[in-house]
Amino acid sequence: MPSSTATLLNVERLGKSFRGLQALEAYSLTLRTGELLGVIGPNGAGKTTLFNLLTGITPPTSGVIHFAGVDVTRRRADEIARLGVARTFQKVRLFPALTALENLRIPLQTHERAALWQVILRTPGFLHSEAALTGAAHELLATVDLQAAAHKPAAQLSYGQQRRLELACALALRPRLLLLDEPAAGMNPTEADALMHLILRLHAEFQLTTILIEHNMRLIMNMCPRIQVLNYGRLIAEGAPMEIQGDPQVIEAYLGQAEAYAAD
Amino acid sequence: MKGSTRNLLVGVAYVVLLGGLLWLAQSTLNNYYLRILAVIGINIILTVSLNLTNGFTGDFSLGIAAFMAIGAYTAALLSLPVAMKTASFPGLPEWLQGIAAPFLPATIAGGLLAAGVAALVGVPVLRLRGHYLAVATLGLMVIVRIVANNWQDVTRGARGINGLPPVSNIWWTFGWAVITIYVVWMIVNSPYGRAMIGVREDWLAAQARGVRLLRTRMLAFTISAFFAGVAGALWAHLITAITPSSFSFVITFNIVVMLVVGGMGSITGSVLGAVLLTLLPEGLRQVETALASGGAPVYGLSQIIIALLAALVMIFRRQGLFGGKELRLPGMVERE
Repeated sequence: MPSSTATLLNVERLGKSFRGLQALEAYSLTLRTGELLGVIGPNGAGKTTLFNLLTGITPPTSGVIHFAGVDVTRRRADEIARLGVARTFQKVRLFPALTALENLRIPLQTHERAALWQVILRTPGFLHSEAALTGAAHELLATVDLQAAAHKPAAQLSYGQQRRLELACALALRPRLLLLDEPAAGMNPTEADALMHLILRLHAEFQLTTILIEHNMRLIMNMCPRIQVLNYGRLIAEGAPMEIQGDPQVIEAYLGQAEAYAAD
Repeated sequence: MKGSTRNLLVGVAYVVLLGGLLWLAQSTLNNYYLRILAVIGINIILTVSLNLTNGFTGDFSLGIAAFMAIGAYTAALLSLPVAMKTASFPGLPEWLQGIAAPFLPATIAGGLLAAGVAALVGVPVLRLRGHYLAVATLGLMVIVRIVANNWQDVTRGARGINGLPPVSNIWWTFGWAVITIYVVWMIVNSPYGRAMIGVREDWLAAQARGVRLLRTRMLAFTISAFFAGVAGALWAHLITAITPSSFSFVITFNIVVMLVVGGMGSITGSVLGAVLLTLLPEGLRQVETALASGGAPVYGLSQIIIALLAALVMIFRRQGLFGGKELRLPGMVERE
């Protein structure tokens, strides 16, 4: 069991500017193993930029990221993924032509890889690892309740199924940190609730440290013991849901300034 | 019986069947048809291996003629008889002048050198994607051709190399075609191949799921170049004379059309595309001369028809005849 007090992720004064636009500024975070952090903020607040920086998809302009004691600030995205940082995307990203099962095999295979000659000669060791991969992929499909879709191309799955498959792909990396970018976006309330229960279950079962970006206030307030609020690339509030809800800066960010409306 | 064992046995049976057919061809067909058959084997090698980059990995490479040239020149310089080397290549390094390698090692060396060059140019070239990659690999073809034209001591420049031992035949070309199909099939249906398809489908998602982009694309690029080099060696020893202009854009164009017509991302489609589009121009060439009864033969008709065919496939069936799917051979079972 990992100690629940160990720091898993440490971010110091992280910043990113795109041609003068400050997408994220002086962002800091200390995340302990097993935490479930919610990140909210209006559109364009820098939430997705934060995920892109944490996963190495875009390099930061300033600041340092330490994951599990390793400086990952300048690492490539695939290296960070193999270190155990998995994510989902705001807009679903799957391999459309591949079946659900094959979609899962790609992240699953990062941890076991046969040499080229073993692949070409189909050695028993290679065939064994392929069978193990298939087994693990079926297990993951069961976790997100997609067994029936195993052999369907991802492009033919319903939107909700694609979302769940993407979550399973993230889990397939056997991550230590899971980043979920609006996993319930575009889902109906029933689907969203089911997904959130699944996320809570995974978090509880595997002590999986999770950062959740979500627009649905009701969901995030119920799920996350700790919430950060971003606005215009800056961290404007942090704390428990009750504190956040009463914070005047947060209210202003979401509803606008009282005077601004009054003057209209 | 396990599916993989069964498929292996069925595969061996097909190879034996192919051997029987080749033997039949060898004993009944004249040299003209045997040469066409040998060229079919070479085109299968080229199309199937090009599929690894262009079809499965999604990297549209046009470097095929360059790699063929490297393989052809390498194998030719190794296999030429010593007497001929001393007469025609006085500037050749001494160690090379003393060698007259057998065909198989010469072919393999041609493939390896092509793969080595691919690995070298791959580092800068594979930073590019899409049209940029296509143009950069086309540039490679130009460079190889200029080197072949000017490196007089080794290539004899524009005069080319002739009098190669005529050792290439249907057995060599189809033997290598079977090896190519086997290796590409095994790679595609493996973690390596899945990574390649992942890169093609969504490289960002692939990277976020732990796929090493450069390594994956490099593997496809070098293996493809290896087989293009082998095909170049086989071709050189079939025609027995090579010049820098033998490896022009026309070859690249023809192979790309075979790939596209067969369907990118389908190995069986590549084989079919290579067979059809090698036979069709040969057939049409006979029509060209047959139509000549009144006046001059209508030369060029076959090329126009091929180009039209490619355009029609692009308009009405852009995914190619096989649309990325594999033709399941009778007797084979699907593996999960």
